[in-house]
Amino acid sequence: MTRVVLPRTLAELWEEFAKAPQGLVFAGGTDLFVRLRSAATPPATLIGLERLDELRGVEEAGDTLRLGAATPVADLAATPALRRDFPVLCRGLESMGGPALRNMATLGGNLCTASPAGDSLPPLTVLDATVVLLSCRGERTLPIGEFLVAPGRSALRPGEVVGSVLLAKPAGETKQFFEKVGRRRANAIAVASLAFVARISAGGDWTEVRCAYGSVGPTVVRAREVESILTGPPPDPDRIARAQQAARRAVCPIADLRASAEYRRAVAGNLLYRLLDPP
Amino acid sequence: MRVAFVLNGVPTEVDCPPDTRVIDLLRGELGLTGTKEGCGIGECGACSIHVDGRLKLACLMIAAQLPGRRVTTIEGIASAAGGLHPLQEAFIDSGAVQCGFCTPGMIMAGLELLARCPDADREQVRRGLSGNLCRCTGYQKIVDGVLALVPPPGPPEPEKEDR
Repeated sequence: MTRVVLPRTLAELWEEFAKAPQGLVFAGGTDLFVRLRSAATPPATLIGLERLDELRGVEEAGDTLRLGAATPVADLAATPALRRDFPVLCRGLESMGGPALRNMATLGGNLCTASPAGDSLPPLTVLDATVVLLSCRGERTLPIGEFLVAPGRSALRPGEVVGSVLLAKPAGETKQFFEKVGRRRANAIAVASLAFVARISAGGDWTEVRCAYGSVGPTVVRAREVESILTGPPPDPDRIARAQQAARRAVCPIADLRASAEYRRAVAGNLLYRLLDPP
Repeated sequence: MRVAFVLNGVPTEVDCPPDTRVIDLLRGELGLTGTKEGCGIGECGACSIHVDGRLKLACLMIAAQLPGRRVTTIEGIASAAGGLHPLQEAFIDSGAVQCGFCTPGMIMAGLELLARCPDADREQVRRGLSGNLCRCTGYQKIVDGVLALVPPPGPPEPEKEDR
């Protein structure tokens, strides 16, 4: 029979890891419990993080926001400090599943599932998020780009959990954008998504442009050529057209039951139309 | 394991394997078959329940998560006198029920939305129900049913008199 433990402190969590090094960790359970339905044998031990207060909540410390990894995404998306400074992330979180699922699913879970279609991942990439990993030996940090390794694979080591995600608050005005294209508006896995952040200089130019796609490659695709094309004054239709060509070169989509590779490539470019000011 | 929690206001204890899905515990062990299982993988909302007042999916929760929690199912929302909840009445009046399979989940989602957002507009209701699939109604009448419980906007504030 499967043993299930819900540690209340990190000290208890490390004890459970020592007892069951192969224990499967879940936070919201919205991905793991679906996968377990088709597992050949039930796991010996499940370790749930939902009662671990040390991994929950949002803390502001100076210019940094610390998002507890086991915080449900609905709570994060409703946090005023996030809505103010990181709308690109809130839009991404609000596009996940439906209301009930967002009350369960957590940010750390979306990271560790490391799906090419994880809706928080392109926003976290353009925000240069730092992932804090905890184990009984202490903590280490990784930039989001190094944490995400391959489809379904992260840099998480045995005995580690994601403790939190750190975001640096933007100094000054930014333009932020997220949009997900799916087969329907809710409870849909992304066909393609775009996250965009730029700092707006005193003269109105876009600087420090960051552009990342979801669902069009094995992990998040950072479109660096698009970023350089869009650096400068707000783009006109000609520059958007050049950026679209660059975006279609940058992505490497697959065809699956949700969309063809060609459709994904077309959508990746078309999403950049949204960055044009409405006429 | 022994699982002690509050179910529809009543302290409840059951003995079951800790990885029993909550949907199976409710429908099997506890005989509460109002909560439905549609897809079993978190995509249809038919198994929506409230846990500590928040909308959750009983197909993606296990018994070990319940100790100390307050669980409300469709069976627990009736009025004190045992009659239907006003939202259930509104669903009937709006023609929001056809085959009825999605209805318990829709009601639970609608109730959470109205608790969070008592003056919800149509768009907010649509978002609040967006995790629940219905294959009969086309949704409009379900949205109408929830909106029936939103009080109409009051008369405009009287203009302040200059002093």
